[in-house]
Amino acid sequence: MKLEFTQDQRAFRAEVRAWLEANVPAAPLTSFDISREGFEAHRDWERKLNEGRWGMVTWPEAYGGRGLDLIRWLIFEEEYYRAGAPLRVNQNGIFLLGPTMMEFGTDEQKARFLPRMAAGDDIWAQAWSEPGAGSDLAGVRSTATRDGDHYVLNGQKIWSSRAVFADWAFGLFREPGSERHRGMSLVLFPLDAPGVTRRAIARMDGEQVFAEIFLDNVRVPVTDRLGDEGQGWHVCMATAGFERGLMLRSPARYQVAAKQLIKLYQQHKDHLPASMAERVAQSWMDAEAYALSIYSTASRLDAGGTIGAESSTNKIFWSELDIALRQTALDILGPGAELVPGLSNTDTTGDWLTDYIFALSGPIYAGSNEIQRNIIAERMLGLPRA
Amino acid sequence: MQFAFTEDQIAITQAAREMLVETCTPADLRKRLADESAIDTARWQTIREMGLPGLIAPENLGGMGMDMIDLIGIAEAAGYVALPEPLLDTAGIAIPLLASLDDNKGWLARAIDGAIVAVGHPVNPFVADADIADALILADGDDLHIVERCNVTLTRQASFDPFRALFRVDWTPDAATKVAGGWGDTAARGALLAAAQMIGLGQRCIDMAVAYAKDRNQFGKPIGSTQAVKHLIATAQVKIEFARPVVHAATAELALGTLPAAARVAHAKIAAGEAADLAARTSVQVYGAMGMTWEVDLHFFLKRAFALRYAWGTAADHRATVIERITTLPTGPDTTFAIELAT
Repeated sequence: MKLEFTQDQRAFRAEVRAWLEANVPAAPLTSFDISREGFEAHRDWERKLNEGRWGMVTWPEAYGGRGLDLIRWLIFEEEYYRAGAPLRVNQNGIFLLGPTMMEFGTDEQKARFLPRMAAGDDIWAQAWSEPGAGSDLAGVRSTATRDGDHYVLNGQKIWSSRAVFADWAFGLFREPGSERHRGMSLVLFPLDAPGVTRRAIARMDGEQVFAEIFLDNVRVPVTDRLGDEGQGWHVCMATAGFERGLMLRSPARYQVAAKQLIKLYQQHKDHLPASMAERVAQSWMDAEAYALSIYSTASRLDAGGTIGAESSTNKIFWSELDIALRQTALDILGPGAELVPGLSNTDTTGDWLTDYIFALSGPIYAGSNEIQRNIIAERMLGLPRA
Repeated sequence: MQFAFTEDQIAITQAAREMLVETCTPADLRKRLADESAIDTARWQTIREMGLPGLIAPENLGGMGMDMIDLIGIAEAAGYVALPEPLLDTAGIAIPLLASLDDNKGWLARAIDGAIVAVGHPVNPFVADADIADALILADGDDLHIVERCNVTLTRQASFDPFRALFRVDWTPDAATKVAGGWGDTAARGALLAAAQMIGLGQRCIDMAVAYAKDRNQFGKPIGSTQAVKHLIATAQVKIEFARPVVHAATAELALGTLPAAARVAHAKIAAGEAADLAARTSVQVYGAMGMTWEVDLHFFLKRAFALRYAWGTAADHRATVIERITTLPTGPDTTFAIELAT
């Protein structure tokens, strides 16, 4: 066990830091959810990252990456969050679909999609959930009907983040008449294809952060299916593993938030009870514990190990620590917590209310925490299925 | 950066774990209570033959010349079986302390050779295993003394954990017993070993709850097939998963001796204590009324976890260390590892 970065790793950190300091926009970009301008500004940032070959450092060089290991990916992420760089508008592509495509895609698909994904030329949305199929994803009803060398897609998808402005989506569809886990395929489709209608859904604060997708006889070539026909469930579970595992939520995200929380506490501590220091300390400890756990996992994966049901423990831990951390900040703000950031709230340490609202969704998306607890109980601990 | 144990560390931990699981079953614990013996001589002999008490001792004195990181997995295994014998107090506390003293009056060699030296660190009000010790390391203010057991008066303090042999020690400091040196990192070692044991104890409680939940039928099916029970157990397992790496990191960073390293030890003790507490209470809940009985073995593990939460510094003590660290030194993702901060 050696908890010290090598000279090479330190040099890599310095290189990332220098590039980010020179390139991260001075002013925050407009949200990619509220306007086309904000979305395109984030796409431009992805292009800039890609020009520096910083888009996805773990990817092979052929697809725009640097072929680096997971420890260097963690270092990159630490510097990325430290620098306050823009949110990754193509998160669904680079963190979820990309790794899945490398595992299940054909050479033609990889060559066609991955470089454009890394470059931000194609921004991706996920089209899995349906009004009748959330936690029970095997209840998906949308269909892919084979018609020669095409599929005809019909149905309705929901809760698709970024889908209002995104270019492509990866969706889960079933062969008509098939049931449950059988007969499903993962199909890629352009969001501007004839027959696709997108409708934004307003979140509780009015922000339109996700969307419904309606599919009415949308024709896509069968070559845009990822993985074998009828193997969609298997492919999706691999993607979900990436999602809950270490790709979706970098520890650095919470460590930076904990640092901001400590700063907020110090600004207000003269009129706070001593117990507040303990809650701040707890949030810092939880963010650190998550980071240490991910470093341990990354060391194991870099040595050829695998990640299994523990990805479900990660998802529960980060989603719960996120809420507790934001709530601690709001409790420090006290009566000022309810004020809408940017309008009435003049606190400069962060937009705690918006972050709190987003954190509330953490235990729901990427597989609800109840489903994760079932996975831990059944696959890690061997308890019987219901 | 290598956050993983070596193959050698995994092998020695596995060997020790197999021995402990085989020789220290709940039936063995019950037998020892019935015998009223102060130590299981056969098991202690096996532990000594494997060289475990001298794991961290210098090789030229007959030790194995290893480090705390080599012992921490064994500490988790000792917790998993609720080992009553003072393996960890000897290997991880007494011997490193004796080795750090300028003059140990020959007790280091004797301890490596099998003598038991009990440690009366001021953070703990009572001395564990003083009755079976050949000598005690005691504090008189800042001075350390090594006192033979025949020169102290012991008064047993009954613990909730019947295997915790705690004693009030009455003694008179003497120039002849005083040794040169201080406590050094003894309290941190004690906190780390308690934390590692609590990880093992918590996992044992969960494993027992899982086994019972598979076996126990209500409403015509195993209670472990219901989500209400599954989610209780899974929640406790999550706590353990995010305490264990903290214990490992704190052990690897112990030697730095800086405030960030001390805060990681404190973090480890807090996190492991909370994880073990939740696991033990969850297991009682899963067992239902049976969990409250003497008949079910769970209480051996619950009691040890309970006692260790308060040994080597309480959660409140350790929180104060964490608060000092986060309010006086830089935080953030580039300060995860203690070596990144010089102080």
